[in-house]
This record gives sequence, C-alpha cells and structure tokens, in this order.
Amino acid sequence: MPHFDESRPIYLQIVDWICRRVARGELAPGARLPSLRDLAQELAVNPNTVQHAYQELERQGIAFTKRGQGTFISESPDPVGSLRQRLAEQAAEAYLKEIANLGLSFREGLDLLAEKIKERGVSN
Amino acid sequence: MTVVEAVNLSKRYGRTWALRGVNLVIEEGMVVGLLGPNGSGKSTFLRLLAGLSHPSGGEVKVLGERPGLATKKQVAFVPEIDHLYRWMRVRDTLDFQAGFYADFDPARGEELLTFMNLDPGARVYNLSKGQRARLKLMLALARQARLVLLDEPFSGIDPPSRERILQGILMAYRQDRTVIISTHLVGEVEKLFDQVVFLSQGEVFLAGEAESLRAERGKSIDEIFREEYR
Repeated sequence: MPHFDESRPIYLQIVDWICRRVARGELAPGARLPSLRDLAQELAVNPNTVQHAYQELERQGIAFTKRGQGTFISESPDPVGSLRQRLAEQAAEAYLKEIANLGLSFREGLDLLAEKIKERGVSN
Repeated sequence: MTVVEAVNLSKRYGRTWALRGVNLVIEEGMVVGLLGPNGSGKSTFLRLLAGLSHPSGGEVKVLGERPGLATKKQVAFVPEIDHLYRWMRVRDTLDFQAGFYADFDPARGEELLTFMNLDPGARVYNLSKGQRARLKLMLALARQARLVLLDEPFSGIDPPSRERILQGILMAYRQDRTVIISTHLVGEVEKLFDQVVFLSQGEVFLAGEAESLRAERGKSIDEIFREEYR
C-alpha cells in the first residue's frame, strides 16, 4: 500500500503506484484492477479519486475499461517495458537533480555512479 | 444534479451572525469537507440543510426544494451531541431508526453493525464515546438517504474508532449519495474529500476541489487549513 504525500494530488500518486507495480511485474498485462470501491477502501481514499486515477491510466494507455467488467492493465503496447523505461528515466532525472543541488557537475555524478556500480562488482 | 444550493444564505442568532452570505453549490455524489474552527458556522450550515433551523436571509435548496418535511425523508443528519436514548440496547436503536425513517435498510443496518464492531445487546449508556459515535454514524448510513450530513464525526474520538468511521463512510459511498462532513480535524481525513469548503466567522472564504487545491498550491488540505486559520 502506498504512503501518500497529501501535498500532491492523491490520484497521481495512485497512478504512480500502479505503474510501479506494473513495471515490477506485480501486475501483469491483462490483469484486472480492483473495483473503485475496493481500492478506495483499501487506500482509505474517496472512490472518485480512484476513478480519476483509473481515467488517467486509461488516458496514458496503461489501462483500459471493459464496460461492466472493470478496468484492466493493457496488453499492448508492452506496458511493462515502457513503464520500466519511464520510471527508470524519472529515477535518473531525480539523481541528476540531486547532484546539481549538491553543487556537483554531471561529470562528477557520472563518475560517482560508475564507481558505485564497480563497487557492486557488476560487469554489464 | 445539484443537491445543495445556497444563495446569500445567512443565519442570525440574536445579534450574532452565525452565517453570512454563503453561496455554495454541491453536486450529487460528492464527499464534501466543511472545514473551520469552532464557531465558524459549520453546524449552523448543516442544521439549515437538515431543516432544523431556518434562514434569516437568503435561500437554501436541498434536492431542489426548501428544507422541510419532504427533504427530511431524504436527508440523514448526525448531530455532534448524543441524541440516542441511553437506556436502549444497540439493537433497539436500529428498530427505533427503522420506525422513524421509511428508507432505513435493515440488512444494511446489520452489515454496518458488524462492520462497526458493535454488540447488539449492549446498552447505549455502557458504550464508550467512540462506540456511540460509530453507532450514530451507522444508523444514518443504513438509510438510503440522498444527502448525509455529519457534524464533527471525528471530534473527540480515539484513532481506532476514527479509522472505523472513515471506513464506514467509504463503505456506504454511493454515486447518488452526497456526504457533507464538518470537521476541524483535517489531516487524517482529508483523503475522503472531493471538495472542501473553508468557513470563517460565518463566511466561505475558500472552496474548491481538494485535488486542484493540492496541485495549485503544492500543499495538503491540512497545511492550507493551518495556514489560513493561523
């Protein structure tokens, strides 16, 4: 269950949370999302907020709604791959922002990253 | 459809204006937080909607009509005070409510009783404050009412009961039901609200969609509340 930062719109955080679960493979393509009512109760948020989140997922092509049956994770185009890519990009952006905030150059940021990777002994 | 429409609504008690020139429209299916410190006019506003008192000026319409006998059948009001007969058993309060309101749904009542973790055989006077609050809420939510008015349902209630009440409100949510909740506790319950209305000294000084306010100001409703009433 996500922990909400109430200074940002809640529905966007629900969207992020579902995207992360898709990217990690916890929600498979074609999987049915909980009903508005069930998820609203689980997250202790207003059902209209969950609906807003589902609409946003649909708008982004990550989910689709079958009338009377519920909302499902899309099967194409590959939502897992594209979401992974998107979330990885967001993480990279956040790292660069932090590096800049610390007053380091991007070159230094890159070197630091390479060093950390080496420490872990990862070759590829 | 519009469920509540207040136009220049005012209420005076003696020389004190409890509500001054309130203009507000609330649509069906919304969960609305009526926010403000004590004495800001929240209860007065709810009582006017419930038809328990009458405007001193301006106008209010509930489900298209002036609050009265016809609207009372469709409006469930839960006051902050304890209005239950203390000698009754929990079970009796359900029967009592069913006798009063034709729209009371006994099956829903049983379901909510269990959910609220209340013992049907217990006497009202033996219930804790939190249990009484849960019972009051449950009696209102078991009605088919189109408009539910909750006056300070979280005030003075321990966190577990508060959580239950919050969950109960969500459980009873329906698209054709509008819920207005007055509260001066915002933080733990703000995720419940579609719309928030800030009252101060009887006047609305901020009203809008909760999510839009968060996006515009980059702040939680609780933070906005604390700043506005500092």
